Amino acid sequence: MPVGNRGAVEVSVIRGFLLSRGNSAIADRGFQWLMVLCALSIFGIVVLIASELVRGSQLSWAGTGFRFFISKFVDPDTKLPQYWDPVNGHFSALPFVYGTLVSSFLALLLAVPLAIGTAVFLTEMCPRWLRTPLAFLTELLAAIPSVIYGLWAMFVLVPLLRAHVNPWLTRLFGWTGFFGDDNPTGLGFVAAGVILAIMILPIISSLTREVMNAVPGSQREAALALGATRWEMIRIGVLRNARIGIVGAVILGLGRALGETMAVTMVIGNTPQIQRSLLANGASMASVIANEYAEATSDLHLSALTEIGLALFIVTIIVNALARLLVWAVTRGAPARVN
Amino acid sequence: MAEVRTQRAENRLRSRIRWVIDACATGLAVLSTLLVVAPLLAIFGYLIYKGASSLNLTFFTQIPKPEGEVGGGMANAIVGSGVLLGLASLIGVPIGIGGGIFLAEFGRGTKLANAVRFTADVLNGVPSIVMGVAVYGLVVSPRMPFSAIAGGVALGIMMIPTVTRTTEEMLLMVPHSVREAALALGVPNWRSVLSITVKTASPGIITGCMLAFARVAGETAPLIFTAFGNSNWSVALDRPISALPLEIYRYAISPYEDQHRQAWAAALVLVVLIVAAVALVRYVAGRGVLKGAS
Repeated sequence: MPVGNRGAVEVSVIRGFLLSRGNSAIADRGFQWLMVLCALSIFGIVVLIASELVRGSQLSWAGTGFRFFISKFVDPDTKLPQYWDPVNGHFSALPFVYGTLVSSFLALLLAVPLAIGTAVFLTEMCPRWLRTPLAFLTELLAAIPSVIYGLWAMFVLVPLLRAHVNPWLTRLFGWTGFFGDDNPTGLGFVAAGVILAIMILPIISSLTREVMNAVPGSQREAALALGATRWEMIRIGVLRNARIGIVGAVILGLGRALGETMAVTMVIGNTPQIQRSLLANGASMASVIANEYAEATSDLHLSALTEIGLALFIVTIIVNALARLLVWAVTRGAPARVN
Repeated sequence: MAEVRTQRAENRLRSRIRWVIDACATGLAVLSTLLVVAPLLAIFGYLIYKGASSLNLTFFTQIPKPEGEVGGGMANAIVGSGVLLGLASLIGVPIGIGGGIFLAEFGRGTKLANAVRFTADVLNGVPSIVMGVAVYGLVVSPRMPFSAIAGGVALGIMMIPTVTRTTEEMLLMVPHSVREAALALGVPNWRSVLSITVKTASPGIITGCMLAFARVAGETAPLIFTAFGNSNWSVALDRPISALPLEIYRYAISPYEDQHRQAWAAALVLVVLIVAAVALVRYVAGRGVLKGAS
């Protein structure tokens, strides 16, 4: 029974009721566009960050270009190489790139075998009742903030390295030239590498577990049916199938290590120099930004730091995109667990 | 005949070697698990050992004393962290949930949704200090240097990708029958999404927000030059504000023993809060609609 009038159309009671509750194409369409806007905000954030970084580094880029990352100055008084000189306006990012790469690769060297071993244990060898607590513990490692890792590293790890590990390393491997004995503080690349390794372990481990779980059980059963031992079954049936994903997990860990700031700042020694010894002090790209950004002395200084930030941004985006592609290729696009 | 006997002996030797290799592999896997769990227990143990004795009423109610003086607390840092996280949630949660709703309800399977999902994952991997540098350029200016708003914005845009992905995951688990029933009853699409689908998935969405919250609560790097820190009571949004992780960093690198002691106590407080959040997330994710998933 028509009750009201909506323009030229007669409206029934039910339709009137629904219209008053917002049941119209306009409301639906408006809501959908609002949600699309929220999703597009993610693109907006990336664009905003990129444009802001580019704008901030214009001053420094205009002065030096690509040589910013590879040039070297010589201090006229001491004849030693000098890279980062805010007083005279000479900025070169070479020691920071070196520090980031050395600490990250040291961390990978230590973390990857341990992470894969843990993943293998948790997926294939662990008794079922132990699996959840152990997995929870590894997740907890990922949840601890970086500054607390740095705190622990400063007051526990560094004295340990200083007193016991570093002298032992110098004694055993000093002949290689990579373990000099002129830095008695315990800070340096080794300390940074160890704490970074502890921090990227849970990421690599949990992604490797996810990738290993994605391998179908038929592969395992086939290997066992052919008479393989458990390790051979894991090696042939699981690891071989999951290796692309494991590589992706490792690259993701590398991406995290490259950008890690607080823990590295607190133990790497913060000296912009390049030394062959792994026990020497150094600095990383993230650590120099954390140390000097708030107190940059000149516009050029600030711009040079922003340029380092831009380089870090680009590198981590490329590394993370590559890693996600590799993991996706193995797990076939199932929504990845957010770490 | 002799060949068969040698072959059998060879096979026995090979089997024994394979068994030994298998045992070695198992041993190595157990060893690596122990080596992974050991630092975690060491860190927690040391935190409790060093920090528990300093957790008293003074710590929670007083502001820091001037440099070098013994005593004081971190009340302003705890409140400051609360203010910053509140601002960050105000920015991050609505936009994040909106993005998640788009990915799960309106854009499922489209190329745009795949691109958004990929970008969100990649954005999660961007170092937080780079976010801080970008927000510094955007928000901090001579008119309003270091402020709580800048810190809140930096933390908020860090929350958005995490909240988006977890919301999408939780919404995907709501069975289609629920949506179809609502639509069949004449409920408008927008209301069906908000009142039916989102409400069904709300425990999961809330835990996703808590996960992002816990992650952002411990972030220090973006705050160093946006919120900057403050040794006095300050909750003004356009002034520098203190935060718990910031104070931990500044106290840890200071030369005073008393400040080191307070840094340990603050670290213990922070870790307890974060571990409680993560444990709660795991607990809720194991019940109800979301049982068996994630």
